Amino acid sequence: MIPIIVNGTPRSVDATPDTPLLWVLRDNLGLTGTKFGCGMAQCGACTVHLNGAPVRACMTPVSAAAGQKITTIEGAQGKAVKALQDAWVKLDVPQCGYCQAGQIMSAAALLAGNPQPTDADIDTALDGNLCRCATYQRIRAAVHQAARTMRG
Amino acid sequence: MLIAAAADNWKVDTNTLVTLDGMVLHRPSGRKASYGQLAEKAATMPQPAEVALKSPQDFKYIGKQFKRTDSKAKSNGSAQFASDVRLPGQLTALLARPSVFGARLRRVQTERAKAVPGVRAVVEVPQGVAVIATDFWSAKKGRDALQIEWDESGGARVSTTEQRDQYLALLNQPGKVARSEGDAAQALAQAAKKLEATFEFPYLAHAPMEPLSCVVQLKDSGCEIWAGSQSQTSDQATAAQILGIKPEQVKIHTLLAGGSFGRRANPASDYIAEAVSVAKATRDLSAPIHLMWTREDDIRGGYYRPMFVHAISAGLDAQGNPVAWNQRLVGQSIAAGTAFEGGLVKDGIDMTSVEGASNLAYAIPNLHVELHSPKLGVPVLWWRSVGHTHTAFSTEIFIDELAAAAGKDPYAFRRTLIQHPRLNGVLELAATKAGWGTPLAPKSGVRRGRGIAVHESFNSFVAEVAEVSVKPDGSFSVDRVICAVDCGIAVNPDQVRAQMEGGIGFGLSAALHSAITLKAGRVEQSNFHDYPLLRISEMPRVEVHIVPSQAAPTGVGEPGVPPLAPAVANALFAATGKRLRKLPFETSELRSA
Ligand code: FES
Ligand code: FES
Repeated sequence: MIPIIVNGTPRSVDATPDTPLLWVLRDNLGLTGTKFGCGMAQCGACTVHLNGAPVRACMTPVSAAAGQKITTIEGAQGKAVKALQDAWVKLDVPQCGYCQAGQIMSAAALLAGNPQPTDADIDTALDGNLCRCATYQRIRAAVHQAARTMRG
Repeated sequence: MLIAAAADNWKVDTNTLVTLDGMVLHRPSGRKASYGQLAEKAATMPQPAEVALKSPQDFKYIGKQFKRTDSKAKSNGSAQFASDVRLPGQLTALLARPSVFGARLRRVQTERAKAVPGVRAVVEVPQGVAVIATDFWSAKKGRDALQIEWDESGGARVSTTEQRDQYLALLNQPGKVARSEGDAAQALAQAAKKLEATFEFPYLAHAPMEPLSCVVQLKDSGCEIWAGSQSQTSDQATAAQILGIKPEQVKIHTLLAGGSFGRRANPASDYIAEAVSVAKATRDLSAPIHLMWTREDDIRGGYYRPMFVHAISAGLDAQGNPVAWNQRLVGQSIAAGTAFEGGLVKDGIDMTSVEGASNLAYAIPNLHVELHSPKLGVPVLWWRSVGHTHTAFSTEIFIDELAAAAGKDPYAFRRTLIQHPRLNGVLELAATKAGWGTPLAPKSGVRRGRGIAVHESFNSFVAEVAEVSVKPDGSFSVDRVICAVDCGIAVNPDQVRAQMEGGIGFGLSAALHSAITLKAGRVEQSNFHDYPLLRISEMPRVEVHIVPSQAAPTGVGEPGVPPLAPAVANALFAATGKRLRKLPFETSELRSA
C-alpha cells in the first residue's frame, strides 16, 4: 500500500510502485478528470499538481508521489483555477474538451507565478499541452482574461 | 405535419395552432402537446406539397450567439468520455495487433503475461491477442509480456518509399477518366506556355486526443456498448453480427468523443468489433470489458487518410489565360470494399478521391481529370475534409503557379476565373480583410509573404489568406490567417468561428508535421514524438469573417481545413520564390541562398 494525499485527503493505494500516478488516479481512485493522451509526457492531458507544481502523471511513478500532495482537476481550487474556469466558459474554449483539464492545470501553474503573462509566456507554459482541436487561440485569450479577473 | 396531427386530434383549424419550444399550442383553449407526443400520428398524416419556412425575422435561436452547454463540464473534469466509463466489476483489455496489416497469429506464449499481477485472462480473438486485467497498467504490462509470432506471409508488407516510386510511375500511365471537358491534350499541345508539377501527400493518422475506447457489457438480453461513436448504425450491426443477435438487441450509449475527425466513423467499426470480440471470448468472466487503445495503437492502427500523388499540367494562351488543365491522381479508394462503395464509387471512380479536382472551380475550357486507385493492404478512411485534404492543395497551388506564369496577381487571376458568386464572395472578403495588395510590415531577419487559397467543400465556401515569416534557415511561422466563410445561414456564429479556428489549426498541423510512413509493412511512427501535432506556440492569430446569407446552412466542421495548406504554401512562395508541393513541408528547401 502506498500513501498519497489527493485533493487534501490522505489515501492509501494498492498498486505496484512503478504504476504511473495517472492510472492510480483513474483506475484505483476513480478520478477520471485527469486524462490519458500519450503515456510519454508528450501531450499534457494528464497534468496534475504535485506539491503545487505541474507534473505529467503518466510519467510519474506513484512511488515518487508517496506521502506527497497531489491536486487533480477535481480538487483544483483557488482564485486562479476559478478565474480560468470562468474564462473557459465565457469564451467557450473547449471543443471536444478532452485536453482542457490538462490545459487548465498548466495555466493555473502559470498564473500562480506570473499574474500578467504575455502571449509568449502563455505559449511557453502551455507548449507541452496538445489540443488536437486546436483551441489554442481561445486558450490564449482565456488565460489573459483570467489574469485580468485576478488582478481585479 | 405535427400541426396537422394536433389539429386532427383536437378538431380545430390548423391556422389556430402555433409551435413554441417543442410544443404545438392551441392558444384559444390552452391545449398543448409536445412534438414527441404528436410524432407517431404526424408520421401518418399526408405530406404537404409545400412547406413555408419561418421567416428570418422570426428566428429565435438561429444566427444568435448561444453558449455551449458543455463548456463547464469540460473545464472541471466532470465531462464523461468513453474512457471514463466505470461499471461495477469492469475489466480493462488491451489488444496485441498483428505486426503488419493482414498478418495472422502463428503462435503465442501467454505464461509470462498471465503471471503479471492483475491480469485476469489472455484470449485469442480474430483481431489479435487480448490481455484482460483489473486496470490499464496491469493490462499494459501483461501485453508487453506476450511473446507472439505472426505469420506475415499474407500481410501488407508495404514500404512507403517503394510505394511512392510505384505511384509516381502510375502518373505516367492513363487512369480512369473522372471528368473530361473539351480536348485538354490538344489544347495543351497548342498552348503558348505550358506548366507541369507533381504533388505528394503522405498517409495521415487522425490522432484524436482521446485514444479509441469502448466498453461492452454482455447481457442475457443482448449487449450494451459505451463509446464515442460517430456511426451507430454500422457499430450496432457489427456488434450484432459478431454476437449472432439482432441489431435491436444491441444498445449503444453514445458518449462524448475526445476528438474523432472521422476515426470513430469507420464502416468497419474496427474498435467496436474488437471490444465485442473480447467480451464474447471472456463471457465466463461475467465482467464488462473496457477495450482501450494506447497512443501507439492509435498511430499504428491504420485507417489513415490515404497517401496520394497528383500531377497537373496546364497551358496558357498568349494573353495568359488558362486553356487546358490535365490532372492525374493516384491513391487508394476509401470506399472500396465498404458498405459505402455502391454510393461513392461510380464507374470505378471513388468520388471522394477526386472531389475538389474533378469539379475544379476555375473556368478552363479544356479540363481532363484521371484517377488511379491502387489496392494495398493498408487500411484507409476519411479524415477531416476527406478528398479535399489533397485536391485543394494541388489545385490551389497550381492556379497560383499559373498566375505567376501569366504575370498576374494571384487574387485577381482567381477572381476572373471563378464563376460561382459565393466562391468569389469569400475570396473577395478574405482579400479585403487581409489588406491584399498592401505591403506586409517588414520584420528584421525574416522574409515575409502573403498567400491566398479558396475552396468549396461540404457545400460551404472558404477562403483563407496566410501571412508567413521565413527565417534564413528555412524555418517559418504562420503569423496570421484571415478566413472568410460562407456556410449559408450561420446557425451559431461563434461555433462557426470556433470550427474555422480549429480547422485552420488542424490543417496547419498536417502541413507542418504529419506523415505516417511504413517500412516492410511496419508503421514507423508511434506517438507524438515522431508524429507531432501543432502546439500552441505554432498557432497563428486567426480572424474569421462570416458572409451573411439566407441560403440553407451547410458544413463547417471540415471546410476550414482545405484552403490552409495551399494558402501557406503560396505565402511561402511569395516570401521566398520557392514552391513547396509536398506535404508535410520540407523547410530546408526554404533556406536563403
Ligand atoms: S498522457 Fe501524460 S503527457 Fe500525454
Ligand atoms: S478541445 Fe479537443 S483536444 Fe483540446
